[in-house]
Amino acid sequence: MFEHYLSIFITTVFIENIALSVFLGMCTFIAISKKIDAAFGLGIAVIVVCLITVPLNNLIYNSILKEGALAWAGLPEANLEFVGLISYIGVIAAAVQILEMFLDRFVPALYNALGVFLPLITVNCAILGASLFMIEKDLLFGESVVYGLGAGVGWAMAIVVLAGIREKLKYSDIPDGLQGLGVTFLIVGLMSFGFMSFGGISL
Amino acid sequence: MTVKKYKDVLIKPLLEENPITLQILGICSALAVTSNLSVTLVMCVALTSVVSFSNLFISIIRNYIPSSVRIIVQMTIIASLVIVVDELLKAYDYETSKKLSVFVGLIITNCIVMGRAEAFAMKEKPFISFLDGLGNGLGYSIILIAVAVVRELFGAGTLMGYEILPLVSNGGWYPANNLLLLPPSSFILIGLMIWGIRAYKTDQVEPNEFKISSHHSAPDLSKRELNV
Repeated sequence: MFEHYLSIFITTVFIENIALSVFLGMCTFIAISKKIDAAFGLGIAVIVVCLITVPLNNLIYNSILKEGALAWAGLPEANLEFVGLISYIGVIAAAVQILEMFLDRFVPALYNALGVFLPLITVNCAILGASLFMIEKDLLFGESVVYGLGAGVGWAMAIVVLAGIREKLKYSDIPDGLQGLGVTFLIVGLMSFGFMSFGGISL
Repeated sequence: MTVKKYKDVLIKPLLEENPITLQILGICSALAVTSNLSVTLVMCVALTSVVSFSNLFISIIRNYIPSSVRIIVQMTIIASLVIVVDELLKAYDYETSKKLSVFVGLIITNCIVMGRAEAFAMKEKPFISFLDGLGNGLGYSIILIAVAVVRELFGAGTLMGYEILPLVSNGGWYPANNLLLLPPSSFILIGLMIWGIRAYKTDQVEPNEFKISSHHSAPDLSKRELNV
């Protein structure tokens, strides 16, 4: 049982890395990777939010939206999958809001460290993407917890690595037009080619 | 005057203020769906219609949205539009909708849609907001189509599934560049495209934080005092 969860975790972190293999959350990935500190803060926030919202969406999908899930309420033919998207994003927005209030009240140190990144996460496609992939893979509740954690850890790792490279890059002499955004794209491309080498591994 | 303004709103996002290459918005889908031109075209139509209509509807109710809950209101409108697009796609083009998998749903969190709603539609009148959405959708489409054409033509020798460059494996002369079919190649293509656009529009170049000093010569050792 443990091995099964471990293999899901490793697969999500390395082989199907949510940033470098499926390219989700790219906007924030590129915009907030200039400094390692900021990248680290954002990475932690993504891990926490993924870990909360993916299992939550799993519960909502399996107990309300899925075809036949409402049989106990006398609606065996109800199939609410078409309102899926709006409920997942609603759950994510609400979870982020609640987490923000909770941290502000009980863990102010972490709240200050995460700062502006927390509300930004609502529109980070890595979070919604993780939930949608979880639905597509049809995971059970326990698996979805591990999947959420793995998706967050993989994304956080990728952004910290990119920030490290970009910090070093500040001192290099780059052609004018390629400065900033252009060269970042090239680096992410190369990093992602590197991550493709995990692709052949099967667990 | 107003006609010029409408024209500006529609034309500027195509190259000068392109959402992908200048504003770094909506990149996720630009990378994942561009290995095949026909799939890309469907994605472009889906995104352009969502961003123009979300701009239109948000602009219509902009004076009634309390600013504290505006993100949720915008999200609800955008998510409903995406659901409509998703269901239409499943009904009329099931094959493509399977290929796009989660990326249609991810239009909800595509930063172009949110960004235009927040930056433009909350302030301007409905019609011009609609045009702004249309312009930004088309700006996104131009980049996506350009990337998809390069990747499909040189990666598989076809366009929209029709053979253009006959492959060696089919008895033709063109050895396919399989590297271009791998998703990371689109990063490199977009990076080069940004370089091209910025070489032409030099005002988009980002200033370097550090300058390489002009004193390239090695320090003059002869003038150093010897502390023996």
